[in-house]
Amino acid sequence: MFFTSFTSFMSPDMPRLVGQSVPRKEGRAKVTGQALYVDDVTLPGMLHGVTVRSPVPRGHIRGIHFGDGLPWDEFTIVTARDVPAPNRVVLIMDDQPCLADEIVNHAEEPVVLLAHADKMLVEKARRAVTIDIDPLPAVHSIDEALEGGTIVWGQDNIFKSFLVTRGDVDSVRDRDDIHLVLDIEYETGAQEQLYIEPQGVIAESTADGGITVRGSLQCPYYVHKALVTLFGLPGHKVRVVQMETGGGFGGKEEYPSLIAAHAALLARKAGRPVKLVYDRAEDMVATTKRHPSRTCIRTAVDRDGRLQALDIDFIIDGGAYCTLSPVVLSRGTIHAPGPYFWPNVRVRARAVATSTPPHGAFRGFGAPQSLFALERHMDIMAATLELPPDEFRRRNFIKQGQTSAVGQVMREPVDMDQLLDRALTASDYHAKVKRFAESNPHSRVKKGMGFATFMHGAGFTGSGEEHLASVVDVEVTAEGRVRVLAASTEIGQGTNTIFSQLAADALGVELDDVEIVQPDTAAVPDSGPTVASRTCMVVGRLVETAATSVKAALIEQGALREPYTPATFKDACARYVAEHGPLRRSSRYQPPPGVHWNDEKYEGDAYGTYAWAAYVAEVSVDTTTFETRVDDFVAVQEVGTVIHPVLATGQIEGGVAQAIGYALYENVVWRDGRMANAQMTNYIMPTSMDLPRIQVFFEERPYAYGASGAKGIGELPMDGVAPAIANAIAQVTGTMVCRIPVTPEALMEEMLAPIDG
Amino acid sequence: MADSLHVEVRLRVNGRDTVVRAHPMARLLDVLRQDLHLTGTKEGCGEGECGACSVLLNGELVNSCLLPVLQADAASITTIEGLSQAAGELHAVQQAFLTHGGAQCGICTPGMVLAAVSLLERHPNPTEAEIRSGLAGNLCRCTGYMRIFEAVLQARRRGQALESSA
Amino acid sequence: MRAYLPAYDLRVPETLDEALSLLGSTDPWRPFAGGTDLMVLLDAGKLPEGRYLGLWKLPELRGIEDRADAVVMGALTTYTDVLRHPTLQQDFPLLCRAAEETGGVATQNRGTIGGNIANASPAADTPPALLVYDAELELISSRGRRRVPYDQFHQGYKQMDLAADELIARIIVPKRPHRWTQYYRKVGTRRAQAISKVCLAAALDVDRVAGLVRDVRIALGSVSPTPVRARQAEAALRRSAPDAAGLRNAQQALARDIAPIDDLRSTARYRLHVAQSLLAEGFETLV
Repeated sequence: MFFTSFTSFMSPDMPRLVGQSVPRKEGRAKVTGQALYVDDVTLPGMLHGVTVRSPVPRGHIRGIHFGDGLPWDEFTIVTARDVPAPNRVVLIMDDQPCLADEIVNHAEEPVVLLAHADKMLVEKARRAVTIDIDPLPAVHSIDEALEGGTIVWGQDNIFKSFLVTRGDVDSVRDRDDIHLVLDIEYETGAQEQLYIEPQGVIAESTADGGITVRGSLQCPYYVHKALVTLFGLPGHKVRVVQMETGGGFGGKEEYPSLIAAHAALLARKAGRPVKLVYDRAEDMVATTKRHPSRTCIRTAVDRDGRLQALDIDFIIDGGAYCTLSPVVLSRGTIHAPGPYFWPNVRVRARAVATSTPPHGAFRGFGAPQSLFALERHMDIMAATLELPPDEFRRRNFIKQGQTSAVGQVMREPVDMDQLLDRALTASDYHAKVKRFAESNPHSRVKKGMGFATFMHGAGFTGSGEEHLASVVDVEVTAEGRVRVLAASTEIGQGTNTIFSQLAADALGVELDDVEIVQPDTAAVPDSGPTVASRTCMVVGRLVETAATSVKAALIEQGALREPYTPATFKDACARYVAEHGPLRRSSRYQPPPGVHWNDEKYEGDAYGTYAWAAYVAEVSVDTTTFETRVDDFVAVQEVGTVIHPVLATGQIEGGVAQAIGYALYENVVWRDGRMANAQMTNYIMPTSMDLPRIQVFFEERPYAYGASGAKGIGELPMDGVAPAIANAIAQVTGTMVCRIPVTPEALMEEMLAPIDG
Repeated sequence: MADSLHVEVRLRVNGRDTVVRAHPMARLLDVLRQDLHLTGTKEGCGEGECGACSVLLNGELVNSCLLPVLQADAASITTIEGLSQAAGELHAVQQAFLTHGGAQCGICTPGMVLAAVSLLERHPNPTEAEIRSGLAGNLCRCTGYMRIFEAVLQARRRGQALESSA
Repeated sequence: MRAYLPAYDLRVPETLDEALSLLGSTDPWRPFAGGTDLMVLLDAGKLPEGRYLGLWKLPELRGIEDRADAVVMGALTTYTDVLRHPTLQQDFPLLCRAAEETGGVATQNRGTIGGNIANASPAADTPPALLVYDAELELISSRGRRRVPYDQFHQGYKQMDLAADELIARIIVPKRPHRWTQYYRKVGTRRAQAISKVCLAAALDVDRVAGLVRDVRIALGSVSPTPVRARQAEAALRRSAPDAAGLRNAQQALARDIAPIDDLRSTARYRLHVAQSLLAEGFETLV
């Protein structure tokens, strides 16, 4: 019953809402400016909080000085001494303090918190606090971390490592049939999420000694767990409410736990509500970014252009504390071999510690880094073999029934050939390659085509979903309203809308009859974090099954008989509630049959399923200025059933845009472990003038265990854009393009290098 | 806080005359949000870069984070709250954003909608290039702008349809 | 918002006399025009504390006057005003291009040409165009008026030939014979809302019968402590044949005209190389 095919949810006399682009559930509130974000809320007696941060990347705190001229007795002041022991933000390793105590481990690390009713005065006070620090040596690069001259974390600066082996990589290169061995290093830079609403929360103490936090966040139960642990409170005394959230992209996955802890510390000490909202400069300089990475790839290919061995050394820079680095590393590791079959594989993966603020979750979560390296490498191999890049890939695509590097047998259909065909046709790839080859010699602006083929595993990696064991409740009221209760947050991607579609379809009611309850840990069960492209596929499935249980209960109790209309459904709800009281049903995640992951061996079904894609970029490189412009972009993907075409298209377009930024513009300038260009003026995200037309195509192949056949979609577009663009630039310029972002300055150095000697 | 420097500033906000007492250098953004409780105008950067705080000042698009309130003295200001009719009928641009996926997380939306309204007033029949340059001061991190362009084009069509039926 | 407002004052005089007398007082006021630069500093808590003088009610600083021999812009002329003015569109395309590439629409509506000049950023977009047009500034104070050729106005990084009691009142751009051809290219960090990394404006007058460059103006932004006229590159081209050899000489001379640096947005190497390449592109476009 649990795994009934999705078609059984259709009610015969109702048009299905799944597949239709219904209006966004909270869209009206957003277009009229009525939607309430955290900074829009003012509570009576509320104070404003600020954070005083470390001016140096590493050192011993000698003292904290409060400058003259401010009425310090009016301020609430919190330091590490006010933090209950252990002074930790709970996540994976529990190594990050709420406030630095004695030692600071990264630039901008929080040391002192201040609150005052006067927002301007507290800002002035922030500048009047001086933290006296004796500097210690810091680590500013992956190389320095690995050299181990300075140890900033644990015994060896390594947060986590994985080793994946399959077959025997070492013996392959000496085989007679090996035609090419290629060893190249790739790098990717940090990337700022740059949600347009900066991070923020409001905390208040409650009369019973508890704490309530409202904020801009992706994962209410992460914050809940962090606060419960920090304050040693029972779960019911901590309440976390998600406000309307102005973008997340991973940036509001783990970081809000820290801000919430800060605001809560201030609020408990002050006995008044405290708002702690970052401005843009603080958000950029202090919060997490995408992990920078370095990937060394060595491959062996036989005479027929078939991949024989892959040997990867994948390293990500985790910054000063562990936070989510092990799981980011894991996803990056599993995606590193790409959508190809490799008889022999070794992936050695490490997350290292440096002295920057911790790097964290960002759409793609490790996969964009390792896939950039691999997809760039595939093109370099093809060029070296003098094979067309599409033909080379076709010889090596993984197929249904084949086994991945971590030992996952591909049981679901995979048809990369078809996706690539469609992408190359839609972009007119072959004709353009030919045409540009003819026109480029006569033009200062040279044009090129590049593509990437890739996949993204949907849902938590490995046994993650089993451990989460997410729960969704659905209830009906006497008025026949359907209420969906989940902790999954709407952060722009459309959670409210798709949950409404899924629940309405499952119950055969109108869209407007469904209400999505605001994520509030006092009211909703833990449906898991809003991350990992899991909300639609995994949690949406739970919405469907919980709704189906509600319907079954109505029928069992004789309140409802099929077929029925939305009106008779309402009558049935009224009857049921009158006779039996409230009707609420839960659904808890269970893994699809036969899906197993072995944590100890790091082996098995890494993901229940994958979304697959082929992306093509058409670019121009201006040889006068070395600027690259993306002129056209085609994104073809297989994502299971498309629940809402407009939202799904918007997810892909937005992801492509963000990834164009990653590929070309978004360069974090580090100076002494600190982001030096922490302004929107100097950290360059694409404007409406910088992006091409983005053509989005879906192949729909329903996935039996996703909501109405859906797979995950949110992160996929982040993975394949940068390598497609880099491949196109390489084709135009004849350079290696092994590092992103490909800024004009970097491209110039590469293009002029032979001339300069 | 020393209020001695505060001045009275006359504003006509969304068609209603009002007088606020504020520091002359206070940002119009803060006066709108804090003094007048019009929180539909958002702050994304405080450096005139993102456009989330866009409002119309005497019909022209401005960043309210870069406007000392005294500069708005005697001016007429339209915020997102002033765009829809009281009866709840959405402006054509708002409706198009709703229908065509122009809003995702919604934080850039009020400013973006006002930028689109201003654009359509200057270019009732905009080309794609005009749409792109007209919205270039309003950053969106969710949509990649494609659904927003579509919404502006559709709002224009809807506006034309209304005109021709009138 | 990081500024502490009680440390600031802002007054808006109704008359020019009042404004000039406040500027000339012993504890002077600083001029404040459109605010698109100063408010960014205020938000960041970096605007010097003190007293500011709003200029926007002074009619003497407004308006664009189209004379027979010149166009005269009040200092408060906004980028949008520039873009809407038919004579500027027709005869001063470099200035319009610069205005178009400054910020977004909202910035263009508030930012002023006078403010762009007085902010004295080496990366400002309009100064290279104004330098190419041999603009003059009319400065005003309670002591009187004076005119300064614009290319002598910027004296060093954020250093100007502008006394504390003086205002930029008007910007005068003389009209030229129509035979001059013109080039402008801003290389920014992106296509809009960008600060320039290199900007080059140029105008060229070629005597096609004699096969000689009759006259030339070249100016750049973001490659020196101030917006800069490339006088040595101009000299290399002037009265020479408009050919590849002439261009090579001019490119070498350009390297002596500018002093680019590494910063958050670009590198000295890139700026030098691209400045020379823009000169080539401009030259080939114009000849």
